[in-house]
Amino acid sequence: MPVSKLVGTKVKRREDPRLVQGLSHYVDDLRMADVMHVALLRSPHAHARINGINTDAAVALPGVVSVTTGADIGDSVGSVPCAAANPTLRTPPYPVLAQEVVRHVGEPVAAVVAEDSYTARDALDLIEVDYEPLPAVSDLEKALEAGSPLVHSQWDSNQAFTFECGTGDMDKARAEADVIVKQKFIHQRLAPIPVETRGVVARYFPGEDELTVWSSTQIPHLLRAMLALVLGFPEHRIRIIAPEVGGGFGCKLNVYREEALLAHLAMKLKGTVKWIEGRRENLQATIHGRGQVGTVEAAVKKDGTILGVTYDSLLDTGAYHQLLTPGMPPLTGLMISGSYKIPTLKFTSTGGFTNKIATDAYRGAGRPEATLVIERTMDLIARELDMDPVEIRRKNFAQPDDFPLSVATGLAYDSGNYQAALDKALEMVGYEDLRAEQERLRREGRYMGIGFSTYVEICAMGPSAALPAGGWESGTVRLDFTGKTTVLTGVSPHGQGEETTFAQIVSDELGVPIEDVAVLHGDTAVVPNGIGTFGSRGISVGGTAVYMATQKVREKAEAIAANVLECSTDDLEFEDGKFSVKGVPDKGITIQEVALQAHVATKLPAGMEPGLQATSVFEPSNFTFPFGTHICVVEVDTQSGEVNILRYIAVDDCGKVINPMIVDGQVQGGIAQGLGQALLEEVVYDEDGQLVTGSLMDYAVARAEDLPTLEFARTETPSPVNPMGVKGVGEAGTIGSTPSIVNAVVDALAPFGVTHIDMPLKPEKIWRLCQGGAK
Amino acid sequence: MANKTKIEVTVNGVSRAAEVEPRLLLVHYLRDVLALTGTHIGCETSLCGACTVMVDGAAVKSCTLLAVQADGCEVRTIESLATDEGLHPIQEAFWECHGLQCGFCTPGMIIATQQLLQENPSPSEDEIRHGLEGNICRCTGYKHIVDAVQQAAEQMKAGT
Repeated sequence: MPVSKLVGTKVKRREDPRLVQGLSHYVDDLRMADVMHVALLRSPHAHARINGINTDAAVALPGVVSVTTGADIGDSVGSVPCAAANPTLRTPPYPVLAQEVVRHVGEPVAAVVAEDSYTARDALDLIEVDYEPLPAVSDLEKALEAGSPLVHSQWDSNQAFTFECGTGDMDKARAEADVIVKQKFIHQRLAPIPVETRGVVARYFPGEDELTVWSSTQIPHLLRAMLALVLGFPEHRIRIIAPEVGGGFGCKLNVYREEALLAHLAMKLKGTVKWIEGRRENLQATIHGRGQVGTVEAAVKKDGTILGVTYDSLLDTGAYHQLLTPGMPPLTGLMISGSYKIPTLKFTSTGGFTNKIATDAYRGAGRPEATLVIERTMDLIARELDMDPVEIRRKNFAQPDDFPLSVATGLAYDSGNYQAALDKALEMVGYEDLRAEQERLRREGRYMGIGFSTYVEICAMGPSAALPAGGWESGTVRLDFTGKTTVLTGVSPHGQGEETTFAQIVSDELGVPIEDVAVLHGDTAVVPNGIGTFGSRGISVGGTAVYMATQKVREKAEAIAANVLECSTDDLEFEDGKFSVKGVPDKGITIQEVALQAHVATKLPAGMEPGLQATSVFEPSNFTFPFGTHICVVEVDTQSGEVNILRYIAVDDCGKVINPMIVDGQVQGGIAQGLGQALLEEVVYDEDGQLVTGSLMDYAVARAEDLPTLEFARTETPSPVNPMGVKGVGEAGTIGSTPSIVNAVVDALAPFGVTHIDMPLKPEKIWRLCQGGAK
Repeated sequence: MANKTKIEVTVNGVSRAAEVEPRLLLVHYLRDVLALTGTHIGCETSLCGACTVMVDGAAVKSCTLLAVQADGCEVRTIESLATDEGLHPIQEAFWECHGLQCGFCTPGMIIATQQLLQENPSPSEDEIRHGLEGNICRCTGYKHIVDAVQQAAEQMKAGT
């Protein structure tokens, strides 16, 4: 066995030298000959009929190449795809440019192609659109009431789908319960805000009949397949390249109208076209996350035993379905049990069309909603029963020997030790002293609160049976003549550091120096097949595929080594990249020498194919279920309503850790976004569907000053689902953090009779709640 | 927009002359005319800081400055920090401390750090967080950035 050298250790990222020098190439940094620039005219109306578009003046502007409207495109380009499956789903046509009707602010109505980007923008001002405003609906609950304006007039209501899951008899649970706890939750819309907006360059070579699309995407291979369908152009003639991608957080796990539109324009103009999304466009026309409203009901015995939970919810789908829009509620429903043993669970969701941009996957994607609901509910129950929030959790936790744990939502959790993570966090925060401190401060008229989140999440997406377009991942490992090693992966990292972590795995397994390992990704012409990066699947699915490929490579290398050394493979041992004959340590061959032999191909075992490479495609048998405890300690200034985070403790368990530095970074970044939801962020549309939060002046992304100093620890419970025991960590911080912050603020305001506050916990909201005075 | 204005800007130590539209933004001049694409555009409204460059020694958001306003100025971009001897200590520290993930905000964050450390060679954690409030990072949660700035401060003090 090779000595494990790099896995589990901090290895500095191999991506960083190019990034810290500004030498990397994001889409906007690609410089190509004869590129034409695209600007999009977008609707200022939430709902309007287009009675006519006059493009004459724009076309006449010097430097303008073409102006295209929805009418020009007609049915030559298909509908923007939705991959989520649901038999109740109403899927409206989703044209790349609006045809006849616009249904949200920011919906594109015309595309200008010009010789330079400034001219393209000038031309937008010369296009005259005759809009006839129509009644719009912005509020989700109103959209689902009878008599609401209809987003899509072909249906008699705005209902987009229904979904339910769970098992058990809730009537029986209610009858047996001592206490029923109910609460309504609003999970506000959030904007993902990768600092790099979206961007697309599309190039068509008519001679080769080759379409190349550079897009800031998380899913190059899926995008290729979907564009083939939308464009009616053969998949094997399309090449998708995700160059350096400046963050995604789920919003680039999608297929957008601009990707199809740019490809169409490139083919029509037989050239290269480029569109870079502005931030205002990004807030209007890139998917939003969350957008859920629901009511929980919990049936509880007075000793704290939870008998049953129902959660009935609505999803604000927006005007059209993006790739996975209807796929978000199932992720909420499946995780509504949290880390607790609850025999009866029932989840329902109804999607409602509104005159807004679609909601879809944003970091956590359906699970933050579940975690907030169940973790807030635990605190509500504790308050009702006058129990400590820690005790109610202990009382209902799944225990370590319960795993694999069958949950009433139908899932089987892979592994866990929730108590251990909680105990560690309690020790770090010094819980008993803290409660005493809280009492002391309250007597002084100061309001400190302690909030818990003992979360569990569902990751490593996922078994193909549970996903609409495949949940496997591919990995190829190849040693060339000189022993230099190339890794091809179907995941498409955009900040997660897999050029480093995958190289750590390969270096350890094959004994090659990490400097000799190159990890290539994000190009469908380089990586034969793949799914992409989302759902915390990079290491656990993609990394496992690479690991499996290394095992095949090693097996082949061993056979070659045995042949060269004229011995049996049973006589060989492999350590530090060298095959040696047992007991004869100086008789051996390095893996680099084996690689050379594999290519020279004169000493191969009979019948063996030359070369030293292998591809594995990993199909996971189950999801993984990372977990942990976050504790937030706040002090609320009741005069100003401001929340001051005094301490933040995060104990996370993501299974086996490949690179602790990168795991820390994922958790910290995740917490920043979870804190953003709790305290700062909210996409606001007015009742007419106008986007109020249209710039970063109005949409509050957390800045360095908004984040507290974080205290971290880990427990490590390996997953049995994959050979390395990894679980995934990309979304844990976001899923785990939000409830702890909300719970802390509600706890702080308990003397004011506050039992719940909807996010974001803005000072004004808190100040109003304090006006009644402490009781 | 035929009328163009002649400007002369010293960029990363090299004097560059060009005729530009008066409305051309400095960031577009750097990126599109000079091909210095390390300076990024994240919001076009000077709120995110991805486009931060040094103009006459002060950190400036180049998405809201016109190229003509930089006429006669000395501009330094992220591309000027590393030398043949290696990375700048701030770049080294961001690498060492994992102060970046997707890397898109990083050039602006590093230039903002450079200004911060010019003005305050030994900043406290609070001073660092305050000093970088004009730059948004959506990936890191800032902790590793704070670590990186502290490490860079130590290195730069040791090096002087």
